[in-house]
Amino acid sequence: MSTASTSLPSGPARAGTGPLLEVQDLRVRFRTGSGLVNAVNGVSYTVSEGETLAILGESGSGKSVSAQAIMGILDMPPAEITSGRIVFEGRDLLTVPAEEQRKVRGPGISMIFQDALSSLNPVYSVGFQIGEMFRAHRGMSRKDAKKRAVELMDRVRIPAAAQRVNDYPHQFSGGMRQRVMIAMAIALDPRVLIADEPTTALDVTVQAQVMDLLKDLQRDTGMGLVLITHDLGVVNEVADNVAVMYAGRIVERGTVDDVFSNPAHPYTEGLMSSIPQVEAKGGRLLPIGGQPPNLAHIPSGCPFHPRCPKRRIGADALPGRHCAEDVPPLRLVVPGREAACHYSEEVLGV
Amino acid sequence: MSEPTEEAATPLPEVAPGEVLLEVNDLKKHFPLTQGIVFKRTVGHVRAVDGVNLSLRRGETLGLVGESGCGKSTVSKLLVALEKPTSGEILYKGRDVAKMGGRALKQYRREVQIIFQDPYASLNPRMTVGDIVAEGWSVHADIAPRKGRLKRTQDLMERVGLNPDFVNRYPHQFSGGQRQRIGIARALALQPEIIVCDEPVSALDVSVQAQVVNLLEDLQDDFGLSYLFIAHDLSVVRHISDRVAVMYLGSVVEEGTDAQVYTAASHPYTQALLSSVPVHEPHLRGLKERILLQGDVPSPANPPSGCRFRTRCWKAQDICATEAPALIDRGQGHPSACHFAEARQVVPVESEG
Repeated sequence: MSTASTSLPSGPARAGTGPLLEVQDLRVRFRTGSGLVNAVNGVSYTVSEGETLAILGESGSGKSVSAQAIMGILDMPPAEITSGRIVFEGRDLLTVPAEEQRKVRGPGISMIFQDALSSLNPVYSVGFQIGEMFRAHRGMSRKDAKKRAVELMDRVRIPAAAQRVNDYPHQFSGGMRQRVMIAMAIALDPRVLIADEPTTALDVTVQAQVMDLLKDLQRDTGMGLVLITHDLGVVNEVADNVAVMYAGRIVERGTVDDVFSNPAHPYTEGLMSSIPQVEAKGGRLLPIGGQPPNLAHIPSGCPFHPRCPKRRIGADALPGRHCAEDVPPLRLVVPGREAACHYSEEVLGV
Repeated sequence: MSEPTEEAATPLPEVAPGEVLLEVNDLKKHFPLTQGIVFKRTVGHVRAVDGVNLSLRRGETLGLVGESGCGKSTVSKLLVALEKPTSGEILYKGRDVAKMGGRALKQYRREVQIIFQDPYASLNPRMTVGDIVAEGWSVHADIAPRKGRLKRTQDLMERVGLNPDFVNRYPHQFSGGQRQRIGIARALALQPEIIVCDEPVSALDVSVQAQVVNLLEDLQDDFGLSYLFIAHDLSVVRHISDRVAVMYLGSVVEEGTDAQVYTAASHPYTQALLSSVPVHEPHLRGLKERILLQGDVPSPANPPSGCRFRTRCWKAQDICATEAPALIDRGQGHPSACHFAEARQVVPVESEG
């Protein structure tokens, strides 16, 4: 918990070196048979050295698509990035040529995925796949690369690494496979690691091991960690800052402590009250009504308004703050906290 | 008792609320591991379920938690007679299911229904919602007279929170949460006594999960249903269950009321499991004891001797390798299958107010 207790509000970097990665007004849409699907609608965030930023959202909130855009692994078409900047090491990755992008991203930003089995190649040994990093980016020989692979497998605490380096992915358990993925991701000492639901497919006891490993690696290397998840518990235990996404937008942002103890957006509030807790039996759950929106037909105004218990429409609404008509911008509500709700002050109770 | 007797054909008796409805004794299911293509040799067995004891009273919810591969889903399949047990017995209303025949077995199959985890794979994409919900009535025709079936289907849809006008729609036109409601309506259609819920909310989004949990609770109150609620999410299980059983590698290691298991966990595995669950409250972060287990779950094809958990247990001693601990009360007020059971508070208690 040492990182969490020293957390700072989002924005300025704690190390004083400026953000490592900056995403500005990113918009992604997909052309599909049933029309345009607006998956990401103007998302901005920064990741600083040593910071863990959690992107919290349900399926279809655009959290993974925005990460895939950063990594340049979106299938285009059907996807297209219609606007935005992704600034890493002073360069906008969206404007540099493809070959250059690989040189920047390869060693600088890496990503791990939810499903380790389908992310690893079944016909190559794990040692070969980890070593590929060193061969492709550092021009090492096979022998040297394998040696480095064993070191990395040790570092991610895979037991008997020297014996297992020639094993294939199917010979590893789920938790061990995720460690292999992490070994590949940290091979070139990236500045930013994006973890897309890294523990969702794992059991809780293994999840705890993997999250511990990620935190230790971050402490050793000072990398920025972007943790994409739907699990509020994981966010609470691991992240410094959190950005809550809904319908392709960030609806609330702040430190985990602030956001979780007193949400400023009704959606965050709804999420908090709809989960049962392990530490208390509790009364009846208070779910959010309705279903998450269809991204091909995002509701007008605030995308959350059809499900919002605090919406104001018609005569109730203040001028220019009509929930069904006016899109609420992500604005500073109290110091260190932004929310995209016309009535955040009421939600917060300030 | 080997073949269906007169008694086996008679209908099953009524059971009063609070009485034991279903009892599972030393249930085992071993799947053979074979080698060879033409002549299949059995080279071993996967002991998916290896000596499970459970009891379910009428109107209560029994939670069954465990990690993947612990056999909890196999238990659910055994209970709804989709798999035949290798040994052990399932007593329903006092009668052994394996010895039921004819009418009694048909009645058992009607009265014990199941809801599956994956609402996408468990509904036939070529059938309309109305046909899916009403399908059971083609076997159990006495439940719903042919004439009023459409009306009854629509009533059921309304009861589970679906628009009754959508009776002619297909599953792909519904969201995940709505599909899970279709599965619930299908189970309810046959007026069951017990619904086995196999990870019913695991595939759903957080905001939708609570809607389905609340629906299950309401239905239980209205129809006096009993649930066997199988899940890996300890928070959800605590919320919905009256009693909880924790499974590890094919057997139950601890059992008790939700308060006993969650605040006075006495099996090391339960303690480790609880300590791994992330808490949602910022002020409780760090208060929780962390028990990090070493290694992975052993293969159920070759389980460790004695206590199944000893290979990962920090308390393990010589006796654990030789003698399998029985699931009995060792002074904690609830049964625990550990030679060195000791109640311990792992999860911080939320202070009231």
